Amino acid sequence: MASHWRRIGIGLWLLGVAAAPLSGDNYVIKIATFVAFYGALALSWNFIGGYAGYPSFATAAFVGLGSYAGALCQNAGVPMVLSWGLAAGVTAIAAAALGFVVLRLRGHYFAIGSIALVEILSLIASWWSGLTGGGEGLNVTILPGGPVFIARFFLYAMLAIVVLALVATVLVERGRLGFGLRCIAQNEDAAEMVGVPTTLYKVLAFVLSGVFCGAAGAAYASWVAYIAPTDAFSILLTVKVPVMVLLGGPGTVFGPLLGSSALVLLEETVWARFLEFHQAILGAVIVALIFFLPGGLLGLAGRVRKSA
Amino acid sequence: MDVALLVQVVLNGLMLGALYACIAVGFSLVWGVLNIINMLHGSLIVLAGYLTCSLWTEAHIHPFASLIPVGLVIGVGAAVLQFVLINRVVQQPVLTTLTLTFGLDMILYNLMNSVFDATPRRVTLDLGRVTLGEVVLPWDRIAAMLVALALTALLYGILRGSRLGRAIVAVRMDREAASLMGIRVPRIYALTFGLGAFMAGVCGALLSIVYPITTNATGQLLGKAFIVCVVGGLGTVPGALVGGLALGVTESLGSHWFGPQAAALLGFALMLALLVVRPTGLLGRKGYE
Repeated sequence: MASHWRRIGIGLWLLGVAAAPLSGDNYVIKIATFVAFYGALALSWNFIGGYAGYPSFATAAFVGLGSYAGALCQNAGVPMVLSWGLAAGVTAIAAAALGFVVLRLRGHYFAIGSIALVEILSLIASWWSGLTGGGEGLNVTILPGGPVFIARFFLYAMLAIVVLALVATVLVERGRLGFGLRCIAQNEDAAEMVGVPTTLYKVLAFVLSGVFCGAAGAAYASWVAYIAPTDAFSILLTVKVPVMVLLGGPGTVFGPLLGSSALVLLEETVWARFLEFHQAILGAVIVALIFFLPGGLLGLAGRVRKSA
Repeated sequence: MDVALLVQVVLNGLMLGALYACIAVGFSLVWGVLNIINMLHGSLIVLAGYLTCSLWTEAHIHPFASLIPVGLVIGVGAAVLQFVLINRVVQQPVLTTLTLTFGLDMILYNLMNSVFDATPRRVTLDLGRVTLGEVVLPWDRIAAMLVALALTALLYGILRGSRLGRAIVAVRMDREAASLMGIRVPRIYALTFGLGAFMAGVCGALLSIVYPITTNATGQLLGKAFIVCVVGGLGTVPGALVGGLALGVTESLGSHWFGPQAAALLGFALMLALLVVRPTGLLGRKGYE
């Protein structure tokens, strides 16, 4: 995609989300906050799944870890935004440690290993009830200021996380790391042979894919003021995010934002009317995506332009 | 610790482990031959369990009689699904195939919840029990274990002895060479997927005799298949058997000593540790991917 189109797309996306409060409708603001939340997660996944080509299903592990870390810090009296930062730090450290372990695996084994991370953290969260409240969940201190203020505050907080993730994506894409990750995606052995520090780069990509999820998870926990193991470490979330990136166009800057907002809006407008078949419709969207849109929406735009 | 109690816990683990082996053997076959992580596996097991329960409560058909027909229905359905849909993307990277089967799983899961519901149900046979000293073994569990082992052995026999089985193994070893030898690979893929689903089906039927079964358990069942496959090694029937029994005993002991949640955690921790130390599993061979 030509770079000016990309800039216009990203600019419009940011403006659109930021302008949601103009509608004066708290429902619209809520949707925009979800768009930003999933946008941050999709941009995060893109580092490991898009650029490095590793089929990671660890997103929910990072989101869950971040939300628990943030909630626990906040309940211990740490100021809210600082506790998000701490949560991001905790998630980054955990991602580095876990990444060092699971990134030795490739392909199917990596996919299974990353799903196992979600399961393990979820089981720990429900088991360690003294710290996490177990299966009953954890209440988080509610931000004072009334619903209108809270809705706007969290919208801009999520948007700020998106902007940070975007800046990181652009820096990575232009730098050595992005080049190295694309080499790894194409042929890891060859990349290693020509001197790409593959282990270091993969761990860095995994950390980048964790840190913004951790921050977004913590912000989400403060927003909804309650977390439980099954919601925080949801397997559905862990698959939904890669699907969003595939829908937009993996390994690009704008693709994750496009895919996540398309899926969230589709979810809210079309199938909110068919609540009973919510999962089946998402499943059908996934199947259709894989058969009819293998390059994502951006790939489709490219194809249309070529044929025109 | 009391010896009789320990024996009881280990035997419970072995009975559970035989079912785990049966769950994992079909999953492992599909992974080994098609190179697909079949996220549908857990839902297929539950679907079979639901069908068995419905046949028992509505039509009074004994689970041991409906076992094979239910397995065949699921197997044929899955083979058609593979032939029509999944075969088109079978060569694609794991991200695509896993996501596709996950999408299909969501559809099936949702349909099961709306046609049936998520209420746990089971077939209560009440066959009595065997008492050996202080150790008590219910007959329904013994029967489920024996049938599970027999079906696992049957699959082993099919893979070792029949023309179909040799063709499946040939495709697993070298797809191109098998195709040059006149094996129709897409058809073998469909049959393999069907065979894997058949095993899932009979397992679901057997599980419904022993435990209450519910759509909420699809993820857990799938998790067991992951663990057994990784622990035992991929694509071999003996590997799945060893992995299943190992997981069954580990969980049973873990549950006895630390509680059920810790036992589930133990299983995943065992898997992650093995993945890192020995990615080929206990009985796996290198380069068998």
